Amino acid sequence: METVISHPLFVPLLLALCIIAFAPLAVAGTVLLERKVLADIQVRLGPMRVGPHGVLQTIADAIKMLLKEDIIPDDSNKGMFKFAPVISFFTAAICLTVVPFSERLRVADTNVGLLVVSAMSAVGILGIILGGWSSNSHYSLLGSLRSAAQLVSYEVALGLALISGVMAAGSLSMVEIVRQQQARGIWFVFDNYGLMILPFVIYFISSVAETNRAPFDLPEAESELVAGYHTEYSGFRWGIYMLAEYLNMFVVGSVAITLFLGGWLRPFPNVAWLEIPMNYGVPVLFFGLSGLWCLPASRKLPSAIHKAGLVFIGLCLILVAAVFAIPVANAALSAPFWFFFKLATFLYVLIWMRGTFPRYRYDQLMDIGWKRMIPLGLAAILLNALVGILRT
Amino acid sequence: MPEGYLPIFIFLPVAVAFPIVLLLVFRWLRPSVPGGAKLEAYECGIKAASNARGRYTVRFYLIAILFVIFDVETIFLFPWAVRYKMLGWFGFAEISVFLAILVVGYIWAYKKGALEWV
Repeated sequence: METVISHPLFVPLLLALCIIAFAPLAVAGTVLLERKVLADIQVRLGPMRVGPHGVLQTIADAIKMLLKEDIIPDDSNKGMFKFAPVISFFTAAICLTVVPFSERLRVADTNVGLLVVSAMSAVGILGIILGGWSSNSHYSLLGSLRSAAQLVSYEVALGLALISGVMAAGSLSMVEIVRQQQARGIWFVFDNYGLMILPFVIYFISSVAETNRAPFDLPEAESELVAGYHTEYSGFRWGIYMLAEYLNMFVVGSVAITLFLGGWLRPFPNVAWLEIPMNYGVPVLFFGLSGLWCLPASRKLPSAIHKAGLVFIGLCLILVAAVFAIPVANAALSAPFWFFFKLATFLYVLIWMRGTFPRYRYDQLMDIGWKRMIPLGLAAILLNALVGILRT
Repeated sequence: MPEGYLPIFIFLPVAVAFPIVLLLVFRWLRPSVPGGAKLEAYECGIKAASNARGRYTVRFYLIAILFVIFDVETIFLFPWAVRYKMLGWFGFAEISVFLAILVVGYIWAYKKGALEWV
C-alpha cells in the first residue's frame, strides 16, 4: 500500500479519475450558474423547482438526457455520426490533464504543456466537422463549416497571444510558467510595464470565439441555423457535445489563468503582508458569507424539503469556510482555491457577456479575426520582445 | 522527458471510453423506436428537397489554406519565444525578417481580397 501511494504516478492517476468523475459535475454546475446568471440579468428567477433554488436542475437534465432516445438519421454516415461527439469530448478532456490546479495538483507535467493544449484543441475541430458533415443535413453542414472556419481563424490569433505569454515565461510547461510568475512575484498580465495586457485581451477575445460563445456564437445562431453542427443530434450524444463545449470553456479559462493570471497564485503574490488576508480572509469570507446567506434565505422557500436542503447547503458552506481557517488545510487548499476562484470568475465573465452583447454578423466576425486580431497579435509579439530585451 | 506524457497516454483511453461506456450502459434503459419522419434530416417540418452532399462556398477552403500558413508560422515562433532573451538582438533581427516576409504575404492576401468574407 505504501509503495502504491508513494509511486510517482499515484497522484496523477487519481487526479485523472477525478477529472473524469468531476468534470461532468463541474459542467452541470456551470450550466446552472449560466442559467441563474442569465435569469438574473433578465430579471427573472431561472430554475427554481428541482432542489432549493434549482440546484439539482442540471443533474435532472443530465438524467433525462441519458434516458432519451438516441436518434441516428437514415441519411447520415452512421459510424462517423456516432463517433464524432467522442472526438470533441476526449480532446477537451485531455487538455485539462496538463493544467496545474496547484503546485502538486496536476495530472501531467510535460515540458510542452501549452503545445498539447493547442494541438488537442486543433484536433477537437475534427469532432465538429465530422459531426456536422456526417449528419447530412444542410443546417448541420453549414453550422460545422462556420464553426470550423471560426475556430481556425481565431486559433491563429490565439497562438500569437500565447507566444507573447511564452516569451514572458521562457517555457512551454504550464507548471514552469506559474513558477516563473511566482519567482518574479507578478501576474504576467501586468508584466512588461503593462504591455502584456494587449496579448491578454487578444487571448480573451479569441478564446470567447474559440468556445463558440456569445457574441461569437455564430455556429449556433438559432435564428438561422436551428442549432448548428449538432442539429441532428439528440439525447446523450448531444449531451457529449455540450460537455465538450463546456470543458473547452474550462480549458481556455485555465490556460488564460495559467499564462496570464498567475495560475494558483493569490493576487499580489509579491506583497507578503497580504498573505493572511488573501489566503485566509477571502476564502473564509467567501464560503462563510454565502453559507450564512443560505440560512435566512431558506425561510422564503415554499416547501419543507427545499428549506431543509438550503439549510444543509448553507451548513456545508460554513463547514468549508471553517476548514479554510485551519492552517494545515489552508496551506494545501488555498492554491487550488485561487485557481478555481479565478476560473469561476472567468466563466462568470463569459456568461455575463452572453447576457449583454448582441451577436456579430459572420463577415464582422471574420474581419475581427483576420484583420484586427492577427496584426495586433504580431504587433504584441514584437513590442513585448523589444521591451523584454531592453529590460534584460 | 517522455515520462511526463505517461499520464496523458493513460488518460486518453479513459477519456475516450467514458462517453462510449455511458452510451452503451444507458442503451438498456432508454427507448429505441426508430422509424418514419423521426429518421429524416431536420428541415422545418417539410421533406428536405436535397441532402447536404452538394457544393458549398469556396471561401471556407480559402480560410483553411490561410489558417495552415499562419498556424505553421506560429509554430515556428514558439522555439524563438522560449529563448528570446538569450538570443537577444540577433534573434530579434532574425524573427523580424521572418515576420516581415510573413507580413508581406499577409498584405498581399489582404489586397487580393482573400480576407474579405462578403
